[in-house]
Amino acid sequence: MEDKNNNKILISGNEAIAQGAIDAGCRFYAGYPITPQNELTAYMSEHMKQAGGVFIQAESEISAISMVYGASGCGFRAMTSSSSPGVSLKQEGISYIAAAQLPAVIVNMMRGGPGLGNIAPAQSDYFQATKGGGHGDFHCLVLAPSNVQEAYDLMSDAFDLADKYRNPVIILGDGMLGQVMEPLEAKSEKRKAKKFKKPWALTGCKGRPANVVKSFYMADGALEKFNLILQKKYRSMRQKEQRCAVSFISDAKLIIVAYGSMARIAEGAVNTLREQGKKVGLIRPVTLWPFPEKIFKQLTLKNKRLKFLAVEMSYGQMVEDVRLSVSGKASVEFLGRAGGGIPTEEEIIKKIKKIC
Amino acid sequence: MDKIYSHPKSLRNVSTHYCAGCGHSMLHKLVAQVIDELDIREKIIAVAPVGCAVVAYDYWDFDCSESAHGRAMAVATAIKRLRPENIVFTYQGDGDLAAIGTAETLHAANRGENITVIFVNNAIYGMTGGQMAPTTLTGQKTATTINGRDPQSEGYPLKISEILATLKAVKYVERVAVHDAAHIIKTKSAIKEAFLNQINGVGFSLVEVLSPCPTYWGMPPVKAAAWVKDEMTKEFPLGRLK
Repeated sequence: MEDKNNNKILISGNEAIAQGAIDAGCRFYAGYPITPQNELTAYMSEHMKQAGGVFIQAESEISAISMVYGASGCGFRAMTSSSSPGVSLKQEGISYIAAAQLPAVIVNMMRGGPGLGNIAPAQSDYFQATKGGGHGDFHCLVLAPSNVQEAYDLMSDAFDLADKYRNPVIILGDGMLGQVMEPLEAKSEKRKAKKFKKPWALTGCKGRPANVVKSFYMADGALEKFNLILQKKYRSMRQKEQRCAVSFISDAKLIIVAYGSMARIAEGAVNTLREQGKKVGLIRPVTLWPFPEKIFKQLTLKNKRLKFLAVEMSYGQMVEDVRLSVSGKASVEFLGRAGGGIPTEEEIIKKIKKIC
Repeated sequence: MDKIYSHPKSLRNVSTHYCAGCGHSMLHKLVAQVIDELDIREKIIAVAPVGCAVVAYDYWDFDCSESAHGRAMAVATAIKRLRPENIVFTYQGDGDLAAIGTAETLHAANRGENITVIFVNNAIYGMTGGQMAPTTLTGQKTATTINGRDPQSEGYPLKISEILATLKAVKYVERVAVHDAAHIIKTKSAIKEAFLNQINGVGFSLVEVLSPCPTYWGMPPVKAAAWVKDEMTKEFPLGRLK
């Protein structure tokens, strides 16, 4: 549905992510159906070919991520998407992509778990996304959009970061963000996809020595040496890529920390409390890895009595990073529900009134 | 004097890590020779498996990707779809292709991907120390079937080539062996046909190669070659299946 006056279209979060990826120059998508992200796969099946790319409905999540590995290895911007149980299956491939230092984007529109769980929105895969997920010492960059416009806009950042660091980037959303329909101003944001040189890509060895995409280091000491290179890269990401959005933090006595869909509910609570004269603020991490720890350090240095409340659609996952970031210099409270339960504005307000 | 034989350009001049009498070194050379003869070295993107042949790229001098256990054909699918002008092949063992990667194998074949597959069947897991493979013969002793494979508990040897030959989208399947000179020559022409099919856009082509693993069969190389001929070919008859 297009409004001719302001170029806005009404679109779901899943579809916005798909269009954002295509506009960012993604030319390969492989996926496997799972609710609540099916609109994304369907959108790619309809639009990827006309964008000059390749769409494949794979036989499994494992196969889909392996196809992304192949696509990225031969130099193309590649993506897959899934929801929680499917992303568990993809962890093998994500570890290999991280190890082979390939750029790729993996979308997880989280649902309730563990196991088959249900199809309600949740944020219970935070640990999996930010602490490695697959085997070995590695990190994915993790971006958490909180509305449809941001879901679209972050896709070009995701592909640029993936190419810049030659590293997997995870878009961590949830079923609510995937399903909600909101106006999107796509055209104003549409920009030419950045070009990154990929001399390492497999293109056929004409005029150059053969390229190898690999993650196997058998010789004595070789793997440790390679791991140290990866760790150096992760330190650099940690230093340079922390992002968050903040509101009302300068005079706040208590700051809510929430990301994605949860941050929108938290924002409602902050606005209501501010109207009542309560000095409450909000930090919304946009990068979950690296976690925006710098802002917490700055704030706790300035205000020794500051309190934090982490609110999540999970049972205490992100709160661990909040605690690490404040390093014991502020009290950190927690409110969380999952498995179909979502902390409400009223619950958040009630909790805050109890704390302050 | 005319030069009639030389080291293939596609094969690096390095010493081998493969065991004495193992089929991989022979097969690496055959693949390199075929690629040279077809003059496609600069177009090749190979996908190596997990297992003994994981370091195939240490021997081959062309572009190559590793893949996770069993996922080679999924990796190759993406590469060939995005780069149809390149020549893409996978080189996989029986554990890789017929056990952990059965789904990838079956579906890449069923989609009729225009790729070439070299399937090295030595009826055992080599790199991990000689455990039962899906292709292990009935009665064959391995590290995990010390009294011999018993169909009652372990099932029968899996005939992947026969299964794939039933699929409409599969264009060429041939089973060959490398136990003697005559069969090595036949193997080379089968590999060539499989590559030519891809060049000509014919579609999915697979060459299954019966190949000795003297170390984990517990035999000297000459006896292992005889075992391919006398035992393996009974269960896995040679010839064109499609």
